[in-house]
Amino acid sequence: MGYEPRFGQSPFAIAREQAFEALVKWGGYAELIRLLRDQLAVPVDEAGVTDLTEVGGDTNPARRAAETRSLLARLASGNDERLILDRPLLTLEVAGQTAYLEPQAVTHRVGGKFYVAEIRSFPAIDGQTNPTAVAQTAKQAAVSVLALRRTFEQLELDPAQIAHEFLLICPKDFSNRPYGRLIDLRQELDALRFQLTRLRRADDLALALPPSATLDTDREEGELDFSVGALDAFYTPGCLSFCEMARYCRDEATACASPARLGSTVRNTLPGVDSTRTALAYLGDIHAPGLTEAAAVDRLRAADRLRQLRRGDVA
Amino acid sequence: MSTLGAVATLRATETGHAERLTTVRHAHVDERPFVLVPLTLAGEACAPLAALCGTDPGRPTLLTVRQPRNRAERFRFVERLAALLLPHIEECRTSETEPYTVGRGADKEERRRSLRAPQLLVPGGESIAYVRLLGRLTRLRALEGPHAVDPSVPALGKWLTWFADRAEFPGSCLLQAMTRLLSAHWATGQSAAEDSHLAALLSWIDPPDRLTGAEAAREAEDPQRFPPAGPATDVVFDQTLYDLMSRYDEAGDDHGREAVGRQIDRELYGQMLPTWDLMWRGVDLLLRLPEGGHVAERWTYDRRLFTEFAAYLDDDGRPQARRDHAVGAARRLARLEEAMARYDAERAFDDPLVMAEYELTGEAFTGVVVARDEDRFLPGARPLWRPTITVRSDLPVRLTAGKEIKCPARAGQKAEIVEVAPEGDGSTVVVQLNGGFNRARKPPAPPGMLAEVGETVTYTSVDPKSMPFALPAEEDTPWTHGGPPRPYEPTDEDAEEIWE
Ligand code: SF4
Repeated sequence: MGYEPRFGQSPFAIAREQAFEALVKWGGYAELIRLLRDQLAVPVDEAGVTDLTEVGGDTNPARRAAETRSLLARLASGNDERLILDRPLLTLEVAGQTAYLEPQAVTHRVGGKFYVAEIRSFPAIDGQTNPTAVAQTAKQAAVSVLALRRTFEQLELDPAQIAHEFLLICPKDFSNRPYGRLIDLRQELDALRFQLTRLRRADDLALALPPSATLDTDREEGELDFSVGALDAFYTPGCLSFCEMARYCRDEATACASPARLGSTVRNTLPGVDSTRTALAYLGDIHAPGLTEAAAVDRLRAADRLRQLRRGDVA
Repeated sequence: MSTLGAVATLRATETGHAERLTTVRHAHVDERPFVLVPLTLAGEACAPLAALCGTDPGRPTLLTVRQPRNRAERFRFVERLAALLLPHIEECRTSETEPYTVGRGADKEERRRSLRAPQLLVPGGESIAYVRLLGRLTRLRALEGPHAVDPSVPALGKWLTWFADRAEFPGSCLLQAMTRLLSAHWATGQSAAEDSHLAALLSWIDPPDRLTGAEAAREAEDPQRFPPAGPATDVVFDQTLYDLMSRYDEAGDDHGREAVGRQIDRELYGQMLPTWDLMWRGVDLLLRLPEGGHVAERWTYDRRLFTEFAAYLDDDGRPQARRDHAVGAARRLARLEEAMARYDAERAFDDPLVMAEYELTGEAFTGVVVARDEDRFLPGARPLWRPTITVRSDLPVRLTAGKEIKCPARAGQKAEIVEVAPEGDGSTVVVQLNGGFNRARKPPAPPGMLAEVGETVTYTSVDPKSMPFALPAEEDTPWTHGGPPRPYEPTDEDAEEIWE
């Protein structure tokens, strides 16, 4: 749409991630099993691992998901089989669509519970990790936990068997040595459940579009523009860090002078005011605010007046 | 952000140019700061990749790591950085000193501090985090054994850790991020997230001719013209670099390798040079602002801490601990809060535009003196001379009778509110002066000490000199809190981190 995103991953980061994951799984998943023992007090028994990146040479997602389900059914209902699932494929209904999810690993049952494990290549330095990176991983792990629970429910197994903690594995300090910690997911799970109930179904969203609408990127720019414009966007500056549409949405937000594009602090000083142009008109006494906005606008006017008075000869 | 800040942001969206948030500069900016523009390798914990650094805008020194996966090369990078920064620090340390006294009465002590301290400037907050990590990576290295490093490596590490520690304290200018300095003084018409992009931020403040700040900021987002200010690199650039590094590894002979190596250097230089130039433009813009009244005092404190840390390294020299012990962490938190409160109050005293925010919240008021009673005495066995002035303010005053207040124009004077009466949209305040008349005990007041009728005055309840909350000395930590903390002893484990 004329906005080239500068996203993607650096080849260095990809190489590093792959190397670290390979290391965790090296030698029959020795490091993964060691961390499970450390963090979950798993008895020193041999554990088996099933690699679910393919099923008999087949990488078809539906096939992998089916195999994952049947293995989960076996593990959850059967005896204490010590089998770790590597890259299982789970499904979750999101806004009326089936989404596929791939946690790095799901453990065998430990103390009556199954755990999700995520391997990441950001470091834990002196036991501390980048909080944003952890938060993001936790969100992903929560989606996996939720998908696991739904799968258990569908299989008529007790979903309480899924732990609400996940094992985060990342390199220790500046080395490559895997380090693991259990992280509580209850907050993320609550937030996620709430969001999923609020997410409108994609079908409902599509209803707002005219029949001629398209999201086909090969079509003409004007057509695409029109379709995207018909959808609601809730741009905030946070979008810039992850969404490929961010520049497009930002231009749109700028065009309609949305206060949210300036960040939450500015937006919060303008409760009920939906455009910075309106806010400026209030300041210029061109508009009179309504009752709901009056208090905030009074404060803004006082601030604006003080600014004029106290800035001296500063340009 | 304050309400005044939000209004300034709104105004900036209207004009397309940055709006001043202050009337003066609230940070010390050295004439010759040490500017450091670092880059790190994507995907790894603090793998130094390159840096452009130095104190001369026209002559940056280029440091690169042509193969960051090679541990020896990374430490060679650190050695080279140490060879630049440590002599600069040493120059400051051996500069002239001045005497100062600490304590009072019997505890009074004479000490000396350097007249110069090093100032390290980096592009953004992420680069400060990088300095901290690089410090952590290097300060605990062993000088002997299988992974021995040059002594300059841990020496640099201790300094970098110290810089990064100080950077957390509001008002300290030893290590500063340019984006933070600039956005503390100007509001743009974009979000804080966008302000962390140095090129875009500077475009709002100082756009090229023909363009508004808003337009220039958009253009500045083009990574071809302004690569990311680091330490993270641009993903598209990383592909180029990746290919070059592979060719470097596979080169048949030293000659070929050197040729590719030089190409790597050139590419990295090209990524950092625009940021280097922006850094100095930022220095220039900041230096053009007049300096706030308390800036020199805060820098004096920075110089004192610098002298103290240099002396510590000479005497003891053990590296900083991996983690703060509980007592240290609590003290640090208390000191951070105190520094924040003092810094806020000092800025308000130095700058009416900052004080305006306190006026808005009712913690300060400005008005015209409408009356004064120079001959007022408080009745008693020994009547006390307590003159009053009556101030008429246009805005309502929310401070109440009995509140102790101060006036930035006469900072040594103690005052107290006697009465507040609403009048029209504003208030009339009777202020009693409790001292600060050059020891005079009876009228007339020494010239200039008592505001004249018709003079505009500002009074506020914030006070830069308010007494900090006192914690017991570390050695007096009660046993209920674990007793006095033991000094940190580096262990073998510290030095033996395995790489790769
Ligand atoms: S930029 Fe934000 S608002 Fe726009 S599509 Fe992406 S997430 Fe939605």
